[in-house]
Amino acid sequence: MSLLRTEALKKHFGETRAVDNVNFTVNEGEFLSLVGTNGAGKTTLVNLISAFLAPDSGRIFIGERDITRSSVEERIRAGIARSFQLVNLFDDLSVLDNVALSIFARDGKTKRIFALAERDAAVMREATELLELFGMGAKARGPARDLAQGERKLLDVAVAYALRPKLLFLDEPTSGVSTRDKAQIMDRVSSVVRGGGITAVVIEHDMDVVFKYSDRVVVMHEGRFLADGPPEDIRRNSDVAKYLLGTDV
Amino acid sequence: MPVFAGTYQTQLLTYGLTLAIAALGFNLLLGYTGLLSFGHSAYFGAGAYAVALTMRYLDVASMELLLLGGVVFSAALAALFGVVCVRHTRIFFAILTLALSQVLWTLAYKFFWITGGTDGLRVPFAKVTLLGGLVSFPGADAFGKFITSYYYYVLAVFCLCAALMWLIVHSPFGKTLQAIRDNETRARFLGVRIWRYRWLAFLVSGIFTGLAGSLWVPLNGLTTPDVLYWPQSGKIVFFAVLGGFRNFTGPIFGAVLFNYLEVYAVALTEYWQLTLGVILIVLVTFLPAGVVGTAQRLLARLK
Repeated sequence: MSLLRTEALKKHFGETRAVDNVNFTVNEGEFLSLVGTNGAGKTTLVNLISAFLAPDSGRIFIGERDITRSSVEERIRAGIARSFQLVNLFDDLSVLDNVALSIFARDGKTKRIFALAERDAAVMREATELLELFGMGAKARGPARDLAQGERKLLDVAVAYALRPKLLFLDEPTSGVSTRDKAQIMDRVSSVVRGGGITAVVIEHDMDVVFKYSDRVVVMHEGRFLADGPPEDIRRNSDVAKYLLGTDV
Repeated sequence: MPVFAGTYQTQLLTYGLTLAIAALGFNLLLGYTGLLSFGHSAYFGAGAYAVALTMRYLDVASMELLLLGGVVFSAALAALFGVVCVRHTRIFFAILTLALSQVLWTLAYKFFWITGGTDGLRVPFAKVTLLGGLVSFPGADAFGKFITSYYYYVLAVFCLCAALMWLIVHSPFGKTLQAIRDNETRARFLGVRIWRYRWLAFLVSGIFTGLAGSLWVPLNGLTTPDVLYWPQSGKIVFFAVLGGFRNFTGPIFGAVLFNYLEVYAVALTEYWQLTLGVILIVLVTFLPAGVVGTAQRLLARLK
């Protein structure tokens, strides 16, 4: 059953066709990778779906609900959350507060002005448990700015995950980290997201990571879909080999 | 304090405490929300004028009622000005706050038949009563008693304000403001409607600053358009820079210290503005974390 669907979604920047009449479907429960060369339109597509950008034309549905004109807040309420390519954290807040804030926002508690945040035992317990899941329990009390790059990437995902979305977009969760850290991050992200029953769309460049963790791979090239299928099919696809890997099958 | 020090020193500290309440309010915007207001004289002055006008035209003497009037008036003003200002950030926010405060200054200056113009409005301490009329100050020789009583009164209000602000900045709302300060985009993608939180912070900040102005005016005995003029806003910014705006106690300490610096600089030299200017340059250059922020860093290193 499709969780998200786009119909002829289009976004051009001048002459550049960043997203060009894309029909994209994400099915419930899958771990999908969106791949392509730089400028293929992956991040623009996620930006359109998450309301970071407005499309030129086309429609976006979550379930049967048309969310094309919905605000960021409405899309979050509809169950869409995202992380960012460049890590976006609240650097002066503690690691725990970064996640707790996400839970407060999800539960509609951010307007509470005459109550100590730390006294909300349910939120703090959930935030602590979530950090344990992501392997950062020991860093909970320190400021987010003191984390290493790999941990910052994980916290970025944890903050989005704490919203408990139906559909989670992760924009390059392993960019800028070492090969060893990449595997650790993806192992953790994959197990937490799958364990939580959340549908995920991951933008990724590293094809080893893509083939190892994905149920389905969608390849973009110059704003359009070049290929869409299970990892083994994508690995054998001659167009993908030519445009993405620069080799012949 | 009054037990150990004379009337003058008690009066100075009372001034410092009223200014500290303004600094607490100001820093909710600067330190916790990341918005630099150059127009907080508007709310300080609104509180002061509300007290003066209520006393003059409604003949109210109860300090509690006068404070209520000051808070309501400054809240209404901050609510209105906030709608205009909080949709902007950085220099645009600063300029808008400055411009609006200068509008208010012009009104106080030009509508002299109501506001007394440059002569201002007197708020004689002898007319003021505290604690619902339980404490009053009849007679010209009651100044010492007024200062002693008013010191404890202001101290109590200050403690209440500091506790309340501490609660606010540690609440989910306060954490949300800090998140907006750190990363507006990410906060938006958690579903936070940014401008609503900024507006609420603006409102709370205005109320605290208005309350400070209301407490200040009986101590000063007079309010003039000067309290609405931009140098007054500059002083409030100075409090935060002097103490350090990235910690809770910095602006409180900064306000009290600034008050002493100003008074003694005026007494010692006719170039007192130059003295304060040099101090500001030294602070920004060598102690950007402010006096309290720097002290905290040094203590942390020693541990």
